[in-house]
Amino acid sequence: MAPILSISNLSKQYASGFQALKSVNLDIEEGEILALLGPNGAGKTTLISIICGLVKASSGSASVGGFDVVRDYRQARSLIGLVPQEISLEPFQTVMDALRFTRGLFGKRNDPALLRRILEQLSLWDKRDAKTMELSGGMKRRVLIAKALCHEPRVLFLDEPTAGVDVELRKEMWEVVRQLKADGVTIILTTHYIDEAEAIADRVGVIRGGELLLVERKETLMQRMGKRQMRVELMQPLPAIPASLARYNLDYSAEDRSLVYSYEANGERTGIASLFADLSAAGILLRDVETKQSSLEDIFVGLVEDKS
Amino acid sequence: MNFHAVKSIYSFEMARFFRTLSQSLISPVLSTSLYFIVFGAAIGSRIEEIDGVSYGAFIVPGLIMLSVLTQSISNASFGIYFPKFLGSIYELHTAPVSFVEIVLGYVGAAATKSALIGLVILATAEFFVDFQILHMGAMLAFLLLTCISFSLFGFIIGVWSKNFEQLQMVPLLVITPLVFLGGSFYSISMLPPFWQTVTLFNPVVYLISGFRWAFFGTADINLGLSLGMIALFMFVCLGIIGWTFKTGYKIKT
Repeated sequence: MAPILSISNLSKQYASGFQALKSVNLDIEEGEILALLGPNGAGKTTLISIICGLVKASSGSASVGGFDVVRDYRQARSLIGLVPQEISLEPFQTVMDALRFTRGLFGKRNDPALLRRILEQLSLWDKRDAKTMELSGGMKRRVLIAKALCHEPRVLFLDEPTAGVDVELRKEMWEVVRQLKADGVTIILTTHYIDEAEAIADRVGVIRGGELLLVERKETLMQRMGKRQMRVELMQPLPAIPASLARYNLDYSAEDRSLVYSYEANGERTGIASLFADLSAAGILLRDVETKQSSLEDIFVGLVEDKS
Repeated sequence: MNFHAVKSIYSFEMARFFRTLSQSLISPVLSTSLYFIVFGAAIGSRIEEIDGVSYGAFIVPGLIMLSVLTQSISNASFGIYFPKFLGSIYELHTAPVSFVEIVLGYVGAAATKSALIGLVILATAEFFVDFQILHMGAMLAFLLLTCISFSLFGFIIGVWSKNFEQLQMVPLLVITPLVFLGGSFYSISMLPPFWQTVTLFNPVVYLISGFRWAFFGTADINLGLSLGMIALFMFVCLGIIGWTFKTGYKIKT
């Protein structure tokens, strides 16, 4: 299947000389959730803005559903919904009017049933006649999502959907994103929260200094880049780590009487079997064992440090 | 052509007009009434007729133009500047619309508003002075042309303005003097010859002269020239807008 969104050699240099994007290539399949992860100023918003028509690219091209975002902008933009980072709504407009306005802008006839369904899905139906300035911050954000959805786009861009949002609202936003995915909408979201990407994304792209460092399925990324840790709880306190175990680089915590062993998850030999053999040879009795996958955050930090 | 988009923008802008009806309508009507009382009744009674028209009636076309020009500019400039200020302009950039639909929606609405205001002021004038309109069709045509071309001009100001101060600057510093010096309250022929020549560089002179001809059948300037100048002004504005959107100047980075 042809990708729904295709970006090739996209670069952007601002008038100030700042190079915001350096030849980015990326294909996105229909129905997936891609998280673009990167620190502030990495070029995430610039990338989205070029695809949506807010910023002109310096070179390269992007197409949505096979339509070039510049040449066939009408067809391309009809397929795209954008939820911007900043909350920007006409304060005196009611929620319903705001949705009708946007749907009209996208050249679609008013569809009360559809708008009702969208508002209900986002728990905004009760607020349909409220002016947007009367709404709470979380509701305003949901109005922006509703506006982005009201012309039935196939690709939805969420630019930092949970920046400056409290924990509860964040969970709520993730739930909305999962629902949308279930409806078949392709979602590209930018975030600098790693747990967000970990919680909802299918694929993760790491962007830094205008370069797309890598794009991987979340699981592959974690498997490939991830370290595993094994924690071994002991029956007896250990006064010192025996010399026979030195090669394992173990960390001993006297507090919970446990040894921690780190190893490459994708390594050919994990060294676990020989560790156990050496432990029992040293006469150390085990009480419990657990292993843990390192988080996307650890991977991200490792990756960004590697490149700098 | 995305007609739904034009309708969407147009009705949104008109909704604002009706939401703030008192502001949109009462203030121009009130200020015009004050002009009629002061210039028409108090001072006008001591001024002799101009070209066979009483002074009170003579200033009616000029006063309508004064309001229509300032309203066209402020409505159109505010209409496009406000979403820019709020940030909600992103919707226009990400929607499948070209500048044609955007201009039709915003300028169409602004021109409609100022035409309505012009007609309301005309009706108000009926209360204060006696006059009749010789060429009704021409009067309406001049009114509409003026509304459209100055709404286009206002739209340009709104797009180019970086802050509210700049938004106010042009109407205040340029348009008000041009209208006052454009023969709203006097006939150009009353000026010394040197100033008559200077006046010919003022585009508003052509508007008011043509508009006044539609009322009373007399004009300072040849009618064809008046029409030609308005048309020229309109095309220049259209050209600037087209160029602005094409290059993305002040719109896109």
